[in-house]
Amino acid sequence: MTLLSVKDLSVAFHTEGGRLEALKRVNLTVPANRIVGVVGESGCGKSTLINAILGLLADSGEVTSGEILFEGDKDLTRLGSDQMRALRGQKIATVFQDPMGALNPVLSVGRQMRDIQYRSGLSRQQKNERSIDMLRKVRIPDPERRLVQFPHEFSGGMKQRIAIAMALMMEPALLIADEPTTALDATLEVATIELLKDLQRDIGCSVLFISHHLGVIAELCNEMVVMYAGEVVERGTTHEIFHNARHPYTRKLLACDPARLSRREPRLPTIAGTLPDLRNRPQGCIFQPRCELADEVCRMAPPDAAFEGSHVARCWHAEATMAGVSP
Amino acid sequence: MTPEMFRYTLKRLWLGVIIVSLAMMMLFAMIYLIPGDPASVALGPRATPAMVEALRARMGLDQPIWMQFVHFYGSALRGDLGTEVLSGRPVLTVVMEQLPFTLALIGGGISWSVLLGIPLGCMAAVKRGGFVDRVVGVLSVAVIAVPSFVVAIYSLLIFAVALEWLPAIGAGEPGNLSSQLEHLILPSLAVGIGWVGYIARMVRASMLETLEASHIRTARAFGLTDRRITYSYALRIAILPTVTVLGIGIGQMLSSAVFAEIVFARPGIGKLVYEAISVRNYPIVTGALLVTTILFVFINVLADVVIGVLDSRVRSSFN
Amino acid sequence: MLDQALTDFPPRRRERLAATKNALKRILRDPLGAIGLTLVVLAVVSAVFAGVLTNYDPNRISPMVRFAPASLQHLLGTDHLGRDLFARMLFGGRIALSVAVGATAGSLIMGMVLGLIAGYGPRWLDNILLLIFDGAKSFPTVMLALTLVTLSGPSLLAVVFVVVLVSVPGYARIIRTQTLVMRSAEHVIAARSMGASTGRILRVHILPNIVGPILILASMDVPSVVAIEAGLSFLGLGVRPPTASWGTILNDGFSNIRDSYWILIAGGLPIVLTTLGFTFLGETLRDVFDVRLRERS
Repeated sequence: MTLLSVKDLSVAFHTEGGRLEALKRVNLTVPANRIVGVVGESGCGKSTLINAILGLLADSGEVTSGEILFEGDKDLTRLGSDQMRALRGQKIATVFQDPMGALNPVLSVGRQMRDIQYRSGLSRQQKNERSIDMLRKVRIPDPERRLVQFPHEFSGGMKQRIAIAMALMMEPALLIADEPTTALDATLEVATIELLKDLQRDIGCSVLFISHHLGVIAELCNEMVVMYAGEVVERGTTHEIFHNARHPYTRKLLACDPARLSRREPRLPTIAGTLPDLRNRPQGCIFQPRCELADEVCRMAPPDAAFEGSHVARCWHAEATMAGVSP
Repeated sequence: MTPEMFRYTLKRLWLGVIIVSLAMMMLFAMIYLIPGDPASVALGPRATPAMVEALRARMGLDQPIWMQFVHFYGSALRGDLGTEVLSGRPVLTVVMEQLPFTLALIGGGISWSVLLGIPLGCMAAVKRGGFVDRVVGVLSVAVIAVPSFVVAIYSLLIFAVALEWLPAIGAGEPGNLSSQLEHLILPSLAVGIGWVGYIARMVRASMLETLEASHIRTARAFGLTDRRITYSYALRIAILPTVTVLGIGIGQMLSSAVFAEIVFARPGIGKLVYEAISVRNYPIVTGALLVTTILFVFINVLADVVIGVLDSRVRSSFN
Repeated sequence: MLDQALTDFPPRRRERLAATKNALKRILRDPLGAIGLTLVVLAVVSAVFAGVLTNYDPNRISPMVRFAPASLQHLLGTDHLGRDLFARMLFGGRIALSVAVGATAGSLIMGMVLGLIAGYGPRWLDNILLLIFDGAKSFPTVMLALTLVTLSGPSLLAVVFVVVLVSVPGYARIIRTQTLVMRSAEHVIAARSMGASTGRILRVHILPNIVGPILILASMDVPSVVAIEAGLSFLGLGVRPPTASWGTILNDGFSNIRDSYWILIAGGLPIVLTTLGFTFLGETLRDVFDVRLRERS
């Protein structure tokens, strides 16, 4: 069953420098009880995608086409702000990147955990008990005493675990995790990933896991989506993409991952060129200015070429890439 | 209170003591540098030289300057600010009798500025660039610019004399709280209105900054209502900077209070000093200056310490 | 770096003219700036040409026309002594603006001298001066003014002295900070390494760079100077009657508040308009010129 399905979603911002197309015809699905990874460089539209799903686009942003279907029938782009707010925190929860700033510094952790249960109808005492249970689940020692403390009295890793506890407390159907481990050091990162995996299994929710860290995606996700300059260039199972990447961008991205280098390189490889100006998108394929396979046909918008299973790549030369590109 | 906070408090207190003694030194210098003899000023033009000499001796003005300096500091430390020339009562007692009236007026001014300034600043920030924002922007500049005594005179003219909505003069019947409050409305508005503008601007600016913070995005992502996010999540942080400026505000409101007391014929330090000037009762004037300066300095110390305590939570969360 | 140090002189005249024009355009584009500039020009013109704009002597008493309301003869009416209020308002503007200009200039000069000494001088002197600034700022303004006037007797000079005493610490502090920043700027270090004297460095390299922001700040302080003069004159502690000042007019109006309101208008309206004008203009100037503030917003 599909929990979330984004269909042909385009989002534009009105900026001083003109109209900026932040997302263009984005397609992705999150099946129930699965972890889907979203990978891409900074500026590829990951944050815009999250904000669009959450209904928290800035005032200057606008969904220009497409739909976001949640639980089959609810189109999130068409929900009123009150209906959308009713979903946030309840059915769709989020863990953000920056654990230091994610909690309100002048309210106690207990107060913040109580506040997000405001729709539960529980008494203050019951809310606190649930918060304590949840903190225990994310392995915060001595949660009863910790509840009255303020965020600055916790370490960075603990704050991120509290953020996870808050997100999962209402047992959401979908957890959006926006680079939740980027700000943590390597040991904490592994522990946090393990924790997320365990909790996801317990609760049985789906996770949309955003990261630019390919290793984490490989470790955690069943399926993945590769984004570039506001477009989904390739999606499929993690296995398919890591072993059988079809889009030239994906292949280059994989080749640049330090963890996958086969030998020591004096310099880390990078992708030549820069991200295109989204106020002035190139005609046709978005990756064509940086692509070695680009030719005449790439001046036209490329099709979403489908392969076995759910594997899709938005490229004219998706068949050819298998043999073609040397990273 | 943490040990660091305690050390910080002590340091601020110590700095306050130094500043007050410096201010006293300046006051002493002013008294002796400014031409004119305090004794003859006090006695007026018709006094005989013998009377002046007698008063000079009584005030200690015939002694060498360093003796006077030591005497000035020593008695101030003992709380002795001299005696009133006419009645012979201690200056400190006379000033302290009037201080509560002035403090009430300043308290009223702060209430106006906080009760109007914070919501206005919030509303302006929430609908940034909108109609309310622009009106609040212009109005707050305007009320900061116009001198408070002009506001006092005009509000007296309009609301007390022309419309007769509110009483014009006095502080109200002693012991009758509602009468006293009624008499407080106009003068405290005149005292506080400039600070309505300051606070509205400050709250707007820091509110805009706070609303950008990532914990506000977290709160939104959990589906909290906009009202709760604005007023209990963001405002708590956005009002912190106003606490520090309120210390300065109290000093400025003291100046406005002097005028308000004179215009509305209310008892208080301002009226005391004004009347002391017209009868050349000069120890009262310097005594009142000293008391209000000390008050002002230590209110600022207090504001610094309070913001330190409040701010430590915010600051350490960003380290 | 050397070239920059050598060519770091004030721009040519024509360039300066073009820059002024451009700045004026930017000020007028902001409605508040336009209102502010208009009000300031109005205040200055009416004070300078007071003698031309009215035929009345501001101090001539005419018992026949006491408390006359506004009319074509007396544009703002007359006061309790039959003096023409329009004339008194115009001449009162002269007092207000000359005190504002004189006292602000005096504070600026003293503030610059002390600020440069604190910023460029030895560390111990800097610390002592900072403490003195803090001490001077710790007096509540009006209480200090009342004390000084009691000690020296009421006079315009006393008013100026009060203004200088309360505003010097503010200017000095800002100039000190700016000097500290400039002191380590590249072209200053270059000039020093070439053996330029301290006086020359201050005059050629540091002062020109901090004058602009300070002048804008000073224009924003004009309202409070006007307020101090009018306030003390209102209390009878500034200008001596019968000299016309907005403050003394207000005092006349206040004493006769139940008989006529137009005296209060003649005294209060110019105060309101002048303070608003300078504040609006100052705010706009700050937004137009202060790069740091512009970048933040």
